[in-house]
Amino acid sequence: MTAEATPSLVEATDGPAQAGPSVRGPRARTTTAYLRYVAGKLGGAAVSLLAVLVTSFFLFRLIPGDPVKYMTGGRQVSAGQLAHYREEFGLDLPLWQQFTDYCGKALTGDLGTSYQFRAPVIDKISEALPNTLLLTGTAFVLYTALGIFLGTRSAWRAGGTSDRLNTGLALTLYSIPSFWLGLLLIIVFSVGMGPIPGLFPTGGMESGGKEGFAYVLDVAHHLILPVVTLVAVEYGQTLLVTRSALLDEMGSDYLTTARAKGLRDDLVRRRHAVPNALLPTVTLIFINLGRTVAGVILVETVFSWPGLGGLFYQALSVPDLPLVQGLFFVFASAVIVMNTLADLIYPLLDPRVGR
Amino acid sequence: MTTTESDGPMTTEATPQVATVGPRTLAWQRRRHSAVRFWRQYRTHRAGVFGLAALSLFALIALTAPLTVGSDVQSVTGAPGGPMESPSARFPLGTDQFGRNLLGLVVWGARVSLLVGLLAAVLSVAIGALIGITAGHFRGWYATVIMRITDWFLVMPTLVLAIALMTVMSRSIGTIILAIGVTTWPTTARLVRAQTLAVESRPYIERAKALGGGHWHIMSRHVLPNVMPLVLAQTTLIISSAILAEATLAFLGLGDPTVVSWGGLLQDAREAGAVSAGKWWYLVPPGVAIAVVALAFTLCGRAVESVLNPKLGVTR
Repeated sequence: MTAEATPSLVEATDGPAQAGPSVRGPRARTTTAYLRYVAGKLGGAAVSLLAVLVTSFFLFRLIPGDPVKYMTGGRQVSAGQLAHYREEFGLDLPLWQQFTDYCGKALTGDLGTSYQFRAPVIDKISEALPNTLLLTGTAFVLYTALGIFLGTRSAWRAGGTSDRLNTGLALTLYSIPSFWLGLLLIIVFSVGMGPIPGLFPTGGMESGGKEGFAYVLDVAHHLILPVVTLVAVEYGQTLLVTRSALLDEMGSDYLTTARAKGLRDDLVRRRHAVPNALLPTVTLIFINLGRTVAGVILVETVFSWPGLGGLFYQALSVPDLPLVQGLFFVFASAVIVMNTLADLIYPLLDPRVGR
Repeated sequence: MTTTESDGPMTTEATPQVATVGPRTLAWQRRRHSAVRFWRQYRTHRAGVFGLAALSLFALIALTAPLTVGSDVQSVTGAPGGPMESPSARFPLGTDQFGRNLLGLVVWGARVSLLVGLLAAVLSVAIGALIGITAGHFRGWYATVIMRITDWFLVMPTLVLAIALMTVMSRSIGTIILAIGVTTWPTTARLVRAQTLAVESRPYIERAKALGGGHWHIMSRHVLPNVMPLVLAQTTLIISSAILAEATLAFLGLGDPTVVSWGGLLQDAREAGAVSAGKWWYLVPPGVAIAVVALAFTLCGRAVESVLNPKLGVTR
């Protein structure tokens, strides 16, 4: 049994790598073929976004009990007030009418009104979005660069001491809950422990009352610990993906040729092996963005960063359903949009796609 | 790696016995042989052996917890110590804000964390295997639709989906398992489908069909045994992410408030102000426990994977 299973397992485990655009890439790299490919991808993304919209509506209507109860927070209210709240949030209408209203409003950018802030959900989201982008963007660039750099070095000297150390460390950090690492960093570097004074602020994004360059420095100072936490828990995945992609390329004939030409080892790696190994890596980095979103929610919660993740946590504790619903939509569509972007860029990077 | 070499002696050993023993005995003999071969190769992966040892230790701790600490460690009334005591000879890890013994709580928490991790992973892999096998077996529109849904789930932020599910369901261990299980299956589905396609292109499937084997027969007797090794490796890997997911949900206050789990302990610690008070000894043990168990499952999963599929090169 195993003898039969073993060779086919190889094909099977190639599965996720092909989950990317390579399967459905354009046949020839002509402009029309690329445009058709783009149209297909955009259509797929539109369907996915619609599915998210529908899911986010019906999922949060499954909740048992009366949503108005969460708004009043268990206070004694008269039946008239309850009816007023229902009318205010459109909860007195039949479900299908709520749904069509919701879809229509969502298309114009109206995601409803938050129960706890009494403000439009879209306003709360657009307030918090730049902060999240700052944190996530910085962390994403850093952990991708670090992961690819270390992954390349690991694969090139696979089995060596530094490879084993690197892989071991990556796996360990990958298994650590991000919120726990954040809490520990706060204790050690913000609250201060033993001889270490409190070097960093415990949370938030700014100390207030600063302007111009001082403000930028202040935000950067607040940014360091959250970014370090995110990078630490996320770079391992990129490292492992890059490493195994490069290992797949290691035995290739073109590398032997490159070496036979007398190229330096360093050049063989940088010019020949790494660009080819990066292709599957890019797909997987984007597929794994969902994990980063989870990391962001936790890190923002722990560091009280005024971003979407922190907002999500606040919304969950009530639960403030319109806000949870809106944020769910934003998180899911962000990942879908990023994946579609990666799909669109992919054939431009790899001329072999679909051939 | 050595599969083809070790296959040789096995077949020659088995051939003369065909006449004397039934097919069932023969099948069991083969299974025993491949299990022995599997273990022999698994042993060569040092990280995998370390992971297995760590897991056995934690499993032992969790199973014997009723004898060593007893279920009354989690009771808030009549707690033995004062609130937030530092580690001492009486309480090696200190006490929590209710004066409960933290060592006992961490030991007791192993039960919930391991149970949820295991069951959620089993559920997730079962869904993934079912969808993967059927999508690989029945081609056509069914497979297209199912794989579209799988792709959609694959890019969804898993944890956000699980959180959304937990906000609409009641808070209990069962719903946590359900929320993790129904959000983490797509990777397994993709892997199993690819494997199913590979198996179904083999001549013996054609032979089975020619002999009148139906869908059920082919899927359960031919495809399932062939995807089992993959499913096993996948389960081990998913357990570690399920344990992390459980801890995360508990930390966000979406766990079962009536049971003690490692994530729940961390949430308690944060709410009690252990962070700003610098009480690191409250936070360290539950986190270390989560990390060690998650790492151990990952190491085991990678070792299993590389034994079954030496070409993958995960541990090369």
